[in-house]
Amino acid sequence: MSATAVHSLWTTAADPISKIQAPKIEYGQLSPTLIVVGAAIVGVLIEAFIPRRSRYYAQVFVSVVALAAAFAAVVALAADGYGTTKAHIAAMGAIAVDGPSLFLQGTILLAALVGLFTFAERRLDPQAHGNRIDSFAAQASAVPGSDSEKAAVKAGFTTTEVFPLLLFAVAGMLVFPSANDLLTLFVALEVFSLPLYLLCALARRKRLMSQEAAVKYFLLGAFASAFTLFGIALLYGYAGSVSYATIARVVEGNVPNVDPALANTMGNDALLLIGVAMVVMGLLFKVGAVPFHMWTPDVYQGAPTPVTGFMAAATKVAAFGALLRLLYVVLPGMRWDWRPVMWGVAIVTMLGGAIVAITQTDIKRLLAYSSIAHAGFILAGVIATSKDGVSSVLFYLAAYSFVTIGAFAVVTLVRDAGGEATHLSKWAGLGRRSPLVAAVFAVFLLAFAGIPLTSGFAGKFAVFKAAAEGGAVPLVVIGVISSAIAAFFYIRVIVLMFFSEPRPEGPTVAVPSPLTMTAIGVGVAVTVVLGVAPQYFLDLANQAGVFVR
Amino acid sequence: MSFPLLTATAVLPALGAVATAAVPAARRTAAKWLALIASLATLALAIAVVVRFDPDGARYQLTESHAWISAFGVRYELGVDGIGVALVALTALLIPFVILAGWHDADPLETGSRRWRPTQGFFALILAVEAMVIISFEATDVFLFYIFFEAMLIPLYFLIGGFGDRAHEHGEETASTQRSYAAVKFLLYNLAGGLIMLAAVIGLYVVAGNFSLTEIAQARANGSLHMATSTERWLFLGFFFAFAVKAPLWPLHTWLPNAMGEATAPVAVLITAVVDKVGTFAMLRFCLQLFPEASKWATPVILVLALISILYGALLAVGQRDIKRLVAYASISHFGFIIMGIFAMTSQGQSGATLYMVNHGISTAALLLVAGFLISRRGSRLIADYGGVQKVAPVLAGTFLIGGLATLSLPGLAPFVSEFLVLVGTFTRHPAIGIIATFGIVLAALYTLVLYQRTMTGPVKPEVSAMPDLRVRELVVVAPLIVLLIFLGVYPKPVADIVNPAVKQTMSDVHQTDPKPEVEAAK
Repeated sequence: MSATAVHSLWTTAADPISKIQAPKIEYGQLSPTLIVVGAAIVGVLIEAFIPRRSRYYAQVFVSVVALAAAFAAVVALAADGYGTTKAHIAAMGAIAVDGPSLFLQGTILLAALVGLFTFAERRLDPQAHGNRIDSFAAQASAVPGSDSEKAAVKAGFTTTEVFPLLLFAVAGMLVFPSANDLLTLFVALEVFSLPLYLLCALARRKRLMSQEAAVKYFLLGAFASAFTLFGIALLYGYAGSVSYATIARVVEGNVPNVDPALANTMGNDALLLIGVAMVVMGLLFKVGAVPFHMWTPDVYQGAPTPVTGFMAAATKVAAFGALLRLLYVVLPGMRWDWRPVMWGVAIVTMLGGAIVAITQTDIKRLLAYSSIAHAGFILAGVIATSKDGVSSVLFYLAAYSFVTIGAFAVVTLVRDAGGEATHLSKWAGLGRRSPLVAAVFAVFLLAFAGIPLTSGFAGKFAVFKAAAEGGAVPLVVIGVISSAIAAFFYIRVIVLMFFSEPRPEGPTVAVPSPLTMTAIGVGVAVTVVLGVAPQYFLDLANQAGVFVR
Repeated sequence: MSFPLLTATAVLPALGAVATAAVPAARRTAAKWLALIASLATLALAIAVVVRFDPDGARYQLTESHAWISAFGVRYELGVDGIGVALVALTALLIPFVILAGWHDADPLETGSRRWRPTQGFFALILAVEAMVIISFEATDVFLFYIFFEAMLIPLYFLIGGFGDRAHEHGEETASTQRSYAAVKFLLYNLAGGLIMLAAVIGLYVVAGNFSLTEIAQARANGSLHMATSTERWLFLGFFFAFAVKAPLWPLHTWLPNAMGEATAPVAVLITAVVDKVGTFAMLRFCLQLFPEASKWATPVILVLALISILYGALLAVGQRDIKRLVAYASISHFGFIIMGIFAMTSQGQSGATLYMVNHGISTAALLLVAGFLISRRGSRLIADYGGVQKVAPVLAGTFLIGGLATLSLPGLAPFVSEFLVLVGTFTRHPAIGIIATFGIVLAALYTLVLYQRTMTGPVKPEVSAMPDLRVRELVVVAPLIVLLIFLGVYPKPVADIVNPAVKQTMSDVHQTDPKPEVEAAK
């Protein structure tokens, strides 16, 4: 069934209507996504029907249960062997249920669950008018600074819509790395991008900046999506199909039955090259690789910090998953064409991210550039084009996402009168005033820098090892050099926190609720465990390292 | 399964570090005692290692081997040869003195936040460094070694940047800036070296498929693992670069004077007497064993760099105005001797180098710790601020003199034996280099005696006239070190016996035999 993909439904439309068969959908195998989508719809209904004061609790409850249940479903599927022996293409060729899918879905769900805790945090700011407030705007539609905004704040409104939005985004991310045809890929891309654009605009403080970030993200993201879509069209012209397997076969030179309507274009390499370039461009935009990284610092800085953390972690996981599948399933036949280009992208991404980060003075922008440098390291693993390459990237993504969410969660704690104090100069002497928070943040920074005994080192070692075995030794050397450059600015923050004198009017560290504490605690625990005893997780990633085709 | 003694030597200080860090803020003294007891217990375990070690037995003894990260081919493998035993013992021996000498170095000046606990942190960090250094001396898995080689930078970084001398001559603000500059410089130099090594470690894995030192060395020896000449050389350079930064070898040495100048004297001892030894030790253990051909290929250049280190370090030491920086440059000169001994590729040279590591550790510790006591009394590191101390504090001056004389390798004190061996070992193969290196000794006499003369003799400066002599705690620190210096100077056999068989093994790894004496050839 997988060979004749979804589009064959339309090509056979001339046949009598009775011959259309009901599509066979494996609901059980798609359950993680279905659970999350269902919960998101329930969330929308909660917004419509539940009284305002109970919405927060209802939403948090539904979201947590849904994400946990979806994760349980992923684990059950993996335990059932869908990651290895029973891996196959489900839903009429649209979705691949295999090792990488399940591993990435599990990672995304856990990251989302931890991220959700930071979304639900309501104790960082003092209560306003007797109402607890979170990181999100009281009423998104109220113009910043207007009377209606003040009224909304006074009335204690909160934007509990963030929870269904989060779930919709997660649903898209779950499909994205497992999409097995280009249309599903595109639909998933839009499904997770649109809620993220919205979430970016919802900051409670510095609302104009937040809205600016959202507009930038939306405009650039729409461009990237358009590129992807155009690339998909060209690839369809090239292969006569949007299914990964069919395109891969055409790339390898065995064209099945030539569609008469496409006889002039099928097998035309120009279409292939341009189409692939455009689709890959869209994906590289999502992972934040140079030269498609311009949005990252602005969006990371402007978005509400919990959203930034979630986005930085989960989007990267989903987008790298999709990129891996595209390159390993669809395009292995033309790896001599894309490898040199990806080499270039990886090199400029590693060096560019690391070098520009040195000059940053805002902690969120600094972490944004650091995420760009990390995208470069991950690309080095992607380029390896080997099973080790896949599993090292999977491991790196899992390790990286928890460090990222943890780090951004710490950023939400350091506050002054204007909300979060993200300017680096305000972090001076934090280690004197709040040794514990500073130490935790230092652990995350050391993990970003890839110091041994943290998850960052194990991940970096895994991708560099895969790259070196794949013959990309120069890439490893450049990766090592950019790590050294990157170490400089991570260390600079540590110096600032521990060796600088605290400023008299410096920020205070808010005492969070158990929600944020859990997020940070999970971050630290994963960082240390994956650093000291990564074997189990490496095995898991290794088992999950085979794509079904 | 027998008791994992080697693991215990590393785990004990690590546990001590955790326990010390956990002591409540108000119980400062308890934390100090806890740290001291942990370090003494580690010393007891190290002595047990020395006793259990049989110099004539297998090459690596007390071995432990457990699966760890099989995906990377990494095993938790420990084992010590004679060189490792000597250095583990040195480390365990010096740490109690470091802790005792730094007893008051981290007392908080003002009561900061309720949670701010510098004292606990200081001693916990020292113990953490001890644990990591010991495990690097014991690791026979390249990856395991690498992990701790890198990870030890972090606690050291906090020790250098977080704790400095009281009463700095330019005020606390400048001192703090200089300290963090020194700490960052230290970290960036060593991190850069370490990351270059990481590339080489990955390269080694790609070539060899595992990280076990013994397996790779064996496979290289029996020819089953062939490396292309260029591959071997690149890998060698990657490893050597990291070790040369750590050791440090000219021209990668510039972090050391900053770090030692700004750190408190006990931390400076920790850096130069203990941590830097990991660099020279690793040259012997990893560079020579894993890449014998490349080591021979690089020998001429390394010998010249070592020679430059010897002379350059000594010359700059002569010109220093700051006591601790003077000792730092002197150490650079001494590390030059050690590296020269290693790469002279003679058994005297390498035995001498290993003994040198031990003796340099003890003698520098003695000199620097006394210097630290001196500095804490006057509140200045500048030589010009002192004068006539021997009239006011004769015991302090006397111990300082012995430490200094040991540094210049006076016969009868321990360093003489090792320096002599290194020079003899170098001379038999590279006479010219041996002769030039001898000038390093002359310069050593110059900088040590001038230092003594300017600070201790002459008219008593008014600022030092009320200087108290060594206290009991300080005497407890210094006296055993001096006894050891004299003992090993007169009777170096115990250490030499442990070290020599291991050196013979290393020599055979690089397929080297000592050159025959010339006289026989002339007949």
